[in-house]
Amino acid sequence: MISIKDVHKSFSNNNVLQGVNMEIAKGESMVIIGGSGTGKSVLLKCILGLENPDSGKITVGGKETNRGDRDVFLARFGMLFQNAALFDSLSVWQNVAFRLMRGPNKISKNDARDIAIEKLRRVGLKPEVSDKFPAELSGGMQKRVGLARAIAAEPEIIFFDEPTTGLDPIMSGVINELIREIVVEMGATALTITHDMSSVHSIADKVTMLHDGQVQWSGNIRELDNSGNPYLEQFINGHANGPIEAVR
Amino acid sequence: MYRFLGSIGFSVLAFCTTIGRITLFASGAISHIFRPPFYGRETLAQFMQIGFYSLPVVGLTALFTGAALALQIYSGGARFSAESVVPSIVAIGMVRELGPVLGGLMVAGRVSSSIAAELGTMRVTEQIDALVTLSTNPIKYLVAPRLLAATFAMPILVAVGDTIGILGGYLVGTGRLGFNSTNYLKNTIDFMEIGDVTSGLAKAAVFGFIIALMGCYHGYNSGRGAQGVGRATINAVVSASVMILAANYILTEVFF
Repeated sequence: MISIKDVHKSFSNNNVLQGVNMEIAKGESMVIIGGSGTGKSVLLKCILGLENPDSGKITVGGKETNRGDRDVFLARFGMLFQNAALFDSLSVWQNVAFRLMRGPNKISKNDARDIAIEKLRRVGLKPEVSDKFPAELSGGMQKRVGLARAIAAEPEIIFFDEPTTGLDPIMSGVINELIREIVVEMGATALTITHDMSSVHSIADKVTMLHDGQVQWSGNIRELDNSGNPYLEQFINGHANGPIEAVR
Repeated sequence: MYRFLGSIGFSVLAFCTTIGRITLFASGAISHIFRPPFYGRETLAQFMQIGFYSLPVVGLTALFTGAALALQIYSGGARFSAESVVPSIVAIGMVRELGPVLGGLMVAGRVSSSIAAELGTMRVTEQIDALVTLSTNPIKYLVAPRLLAATFAMPILVAVGDTIGILGGYLVGTGRLGFNSTNYLKNTIDFMEIGDVTSGLAKAAVFGFIIALMGCYHGYNSGRGAQGVGRATINAVVSASVMILAANYILTEVFF
């Protein structure tokens, strides 16, 4: 479904991605882990075309991401941003229905509102929330709204960028469960970036660890705890000593 | 010596790069104004935000400027017995120069900063990236409506400001300086030409475009964090103000 081959990306003298290779199969839930600044978010932005790789090839469904109609390409994706990235000036339901009310396949305002309320219900939010503005919601509720927006148009591929950042453990668990349920229910291909090991265990079919802009380890979730990879073991156990420098 | 020359060269190159970037940004945004989809609701909302809500600040600026201008011209004109020119000079001064320039500077302070802060915050909080992932071109959705709204709102704002400014001169002229009310109004109308008004309004349209462009450019390309947004806001107001003054000189050369 998503194929990443020898992708390099630099910002000035900072070589963020240094030959990343990865394959994500259709319907699979891939989680990318790694320390801060190892290129996880940049990789995600390269797949979406928000950043252009310096070299290498990224294909989605066999088609290169930087060719063809951008709107058609992006219509296949949904994304939950790290801090939800809700539009402040729009109400909750307008945020959720944003894509539904625009583009060649736009639907009427009333239909879009109905779908938005249904998606809000799916992520555990009551219809009364729909007319509020993002600033009136808690962090956990904003994440849920972001999740509802990501799934509103029923995309084939969903990206989750640090879905549990800033949430308490209980809310993190709720969001992790929701993500897993929704991905399974929709049969979507999911790519998640996280530092949170509870998210990894809840969401992942496969795990890839990025370090120094390269894939350090990749494998099935069942192999995660017995990988024998010193980088991965240091990361998942949170040890200060090991091959990964604590001060970067 | 080489270092000094190098620093001059670096500054010139940086200046040219910025001009090039702003030109590309502006041309991209203008092209989106004429291509569908059109965001009428967003444009109307921006028209209200930029035009209607700027009326108090522009009105008050014009009122006090017109009043002070009347006093200044009266006192200056008295040196060579030309006090009678007060109504005509107030009117011409307001519509040709002070209305658009002071209105432009006041709106630059209010609107450029607001646009830069809004778009900068959207950049920092990934809302602009979110727009892209939702198949919406951020230049078309965020920048084009603001450019269009500001370009059309400013002439209306300045027309209202001109009227209030002339009223300020009238109030001082008739209340403090002893002018006859009818004669003041007659002099104001008789000496003003249609070209005076249209040139001022044309200037206002250009200033409106500059105000929105600088706000959008600096906000859209804002750096990270609160400091980045703060710097974008300052740059937007300063560059819009300087460009308004520079454009005013160029347009005055062209029109007169």
